[in-house]
Amino acid sequence: MLKDITLGQFFPGESIVHRLDPRTKILLTILYIAALFVATGVVAYAIMLAVLVVCVALTRIRVQSIVKGLKPVVIIILFTAILNIFFTAGETVLIQFWKITITREGVVRAAYMILRIVMLITGTLLLTYTTSPIALTDAIERLLSPLKALRIPVHEFAMMMSLALRFIPTLIEETDKIMSAQKARGADFESGGLIRKARAMLPLLVPLFISAFRRADELAVAMESRCYHGDKGRTRMKQLHMAARDWIALLLGLALLGGMIVLRVFGI
Amino acid sequence: MRTSSAAAEMYHFDKGMNQLTPIIQTEKLTHKYGVGTPFETTAVHDIDFSVYAGEFLAVVGHTGSGKSTFIQHLNGLLKPTSGRILFRGEDIHAAKETIRDIRFRVGLVFQYPEYQLFEETVYKDIAFGPKNQKLSDAEIDDRVREAAAFVDIPDELLERSPFELSGGQKRRVAIAGVLAMRPDVLILDEPTAGLDPAGCDAIMDRIRAYHQSGGHTVIMVTHSMEDAARNADRMVVFSRGTIAMDDTPDRVFARDEELVKIGLGVPEITRVAIRLRELGIPLRGPIYTVEQAVRALCARKGGGADA
Amino acid sequence: MESIIRTEKLTYSYAAAEGEASAPVLRGIDLEIEKGTFVAILGRNGCGKSTLAKQFNAILLPEGGRVLVSGMDTLDEALVLEIRRRIGMVFQNPDNQIVASVVEEDVAFAPENLGFPPAEIRARVDEALRMVGMYEFREHAPHLLSGGQKQRIAIAGVLAMRPTCVVFDEPTAMLDPQGRADVIHIIREMREEYGVTVVLITHHMNEAVYADRIVVMSEGGIAMDGTPGEVFGQVEAIRALGMDVPETTELLYELNKAGFDLPLDALTVEACAQAISRAL
Repeated sequence: MLKDITLGQFFPGESIVHRLDPRTKILLTILYIAALFVATGVVAYAIMLAVLVVCVALTRIRVQSIVKGLKPVVIIILFTAILNIFFTAGETVLIQFWKITITREGVVRAAYMILRIVMLITGTLLLTYTTSPIALTDAIERLLSPLKALRIPVHEFAMMMSLALRFIPTLIEETDKIMSAQKARGADFESGGLIRKARAMLPLLVPLFISAFRRADELAVAMESRCYHGDKGRTRMKQLHMAARDWIALLLGLALLGGMIVLRVFGI
Repeated sequence: MRTSSAAAEMYHFDKGMNQLTPIIQTEKLTHKYGVGTPFETTAVHDIDFSVYAGEFLAVVGHTGSGKSTFIQHLNGLLKPTSGRILFRGEDIHAAKETIRDIRFRVGLVFQYPEYQLFEETVYKDIAFGPKNQKLSDAEIDDRVREAAAFVDIPDELLERSPFELSGGQKRRVAIAGVLAMRPDVLILDEPTAGLDPAGCDAIMDRIRAYHQSGGHTVIMVTHSMEDAARNADRMVVFSRGTIAMDDTPDRVFARDEELVKIGLGVPEITRVAIRLRELGIPLRGPIYTVEQAVRALCARKGGGADA
Repeated sequence: MESIIRTEKLTYSYAAAEGEASAPVLRGIDLEIEKGTFVAILGRNGCGKSTLAKQFNAILLPEGGRVLVSGMDTLDEALVLEIRRRIGMVFQNPDNQIVASVVEEDVAFAPENLGFPPAEIRARVDEALRMVGMYEFREHAPHLLSGGQKQRIAIAGVLAMRPTCVVFDEPTAMLDPQGRADVIHIIREMREEYGVTVVLITHHMNEAVYADRIVVMSEGGIAMDGTPGEVFGQVEAIRALGMDVPETTELLYELNKAGFDLPLDALTVEACAQAISRAL
């Protein structure tokens, strides 16, 4: 059933990574990605990989889940690999047939590229696997709150995001119901070419849209009835606290980035 | 629990129905969700069910008893994990053509059907079903007007947008959309949900009229014991994925203690009769309508203790 | 007795479509709700009862006349927040009142809006969840709950404001019998144990029998106003307004027509059975 899909898959847990403040995790992910782009050379990549493996182990999430998360990117990885293997000019030629030249440099370059993409995606997966969507939205709102001084509607944006997240399962359920009802009148969502299928979507999309507007209206009235009046004077029940482990983790992240910069500068 | 088929046969014989082949039948119908995953649940298991042409059947059961999952099998929307569904004796999943066709033969009106309206005009929305049946324009027109008239939607409303109508009107348009397919069996899932008493009466009146015109078969899923009591020839009671009772309303409501144990209510009048019984005033006969209660109480008053 | 809500010649109409005259929905309503009472408002669809309810907490504002909540005029913008804190509202669709993906966060929504410190919010959330019997579900995802449970969360969300009065706009219309029973039970408990003033708008006659007072609306005005016994006893008048009486009342009424002499205000199953047994 459609209802069983969870977006941005979150695996609840009690590992130290889970217990980090979500803001820490977002910043660490940014630091890691920055470090990835700075890193050059075998030593650097080995360190980055080691760090990643340690983090994955710390989260106690099953490796199969990580691999599953990488599946959508397999095509990109393959494409990048092929581009680099076949089209890199270099000195040491390994294989040559027809017009195609495979150089050692090409293979090496491809290997680095693949590793980088895998580490990038895995690093991001670790973030979404260990942090619930609400925690993420909360963290983003608080990290961006200094921008409120610049009249940027950070609170409104965060409210929209958390409402959207809240309603995803409800809307999926409703889509299910509308589809069943239209199928019961002979609607066919499967057969036909692209245009036919698009037109067949009308009996599904129109009721969904209308219903979404009605929901929004009722929800707004319910929110106002509960004294919602924007950000002014609003407090939060759940407070985010930076504990010692958060600061240590951030320091380590900065150290990693610093280390990559040093390695690159000194050509190691 | 097996269907009390002997009782059903007797009763159908009483009603003068010659057909003893049910129009819809299920044999050991089982449906499981999430088969093979750690979250596997059984919605319904081993259901043997039959409904006869011309019957008005009420299906009751608490939320989660499997009744909604069950009825979606009868028009082929859901495939059983095991077991068969027979329409006029033929397995509906035997051939691809039958499976597509069954939706037009067995019309299913979902809960809050007004939420599925989508067309620019009421006419076009009611025509959606017949259009999918690939009928000629003339035939479609015939059916749309017939269905609209049947649910008391006047001609002037046909060219209006369905979204301009009142809640009650929208629901009737949605029901007309299914009637326009001229199904042999009409299944309605809680047709009066969310309506005020006047709206409920209007819808039930149309459903009753539909049942009586041309010997149509009606299956109504409902939470209202009163509605079931007042309209059904037979009641099927679902509980925890199986059929707990399958009998006439009289006999089902006689088993009021069991119904309460299953987590279902009885009509309010029945509860008055039960309380009177506890207070030392037992009343004769099934009591689930005001008329029955009045008759029984008058008889008691008039004839003394053995009325 | 102190009045929580008072309307004076309240008039309101919905904005008209082009070329059409606006249809008045509320025609000069004078109504007073006293503190600590349980008032049921009945009426056919379109009689204006939902519109009236939304005037109580300033979601809609009067076109003519005024609405006073504990003496505060709803037209005064500065007082709106305080008015909405005192008059909570629970609506028909459980889903369209839930704002968060976790039960306790949703119940915290109102106190957060009111700017309470985190510890205070926590205390109110726990208190409200216990009052509706949903404390064990505080970390659950609302969309996995049943309709009745969702509606109880919505009620908790309102109770967290510690309102003086809660208005329920057809709260059980979309629920199954079990959910309906649970919600009505909470409504009665709120009134009896915590002294919250309750205004219940409903179609279900057998829910209204528990009220102290029934107000019947018709076409934008008040047609009947009295105790349940007084109101439902006027069977003919109720039917003329296009509504129905509880089945118990109908039974007593028909029995009286057949020669019995029974009081028409025995509204609950228990009272009805007792009245009949006494007559036999």
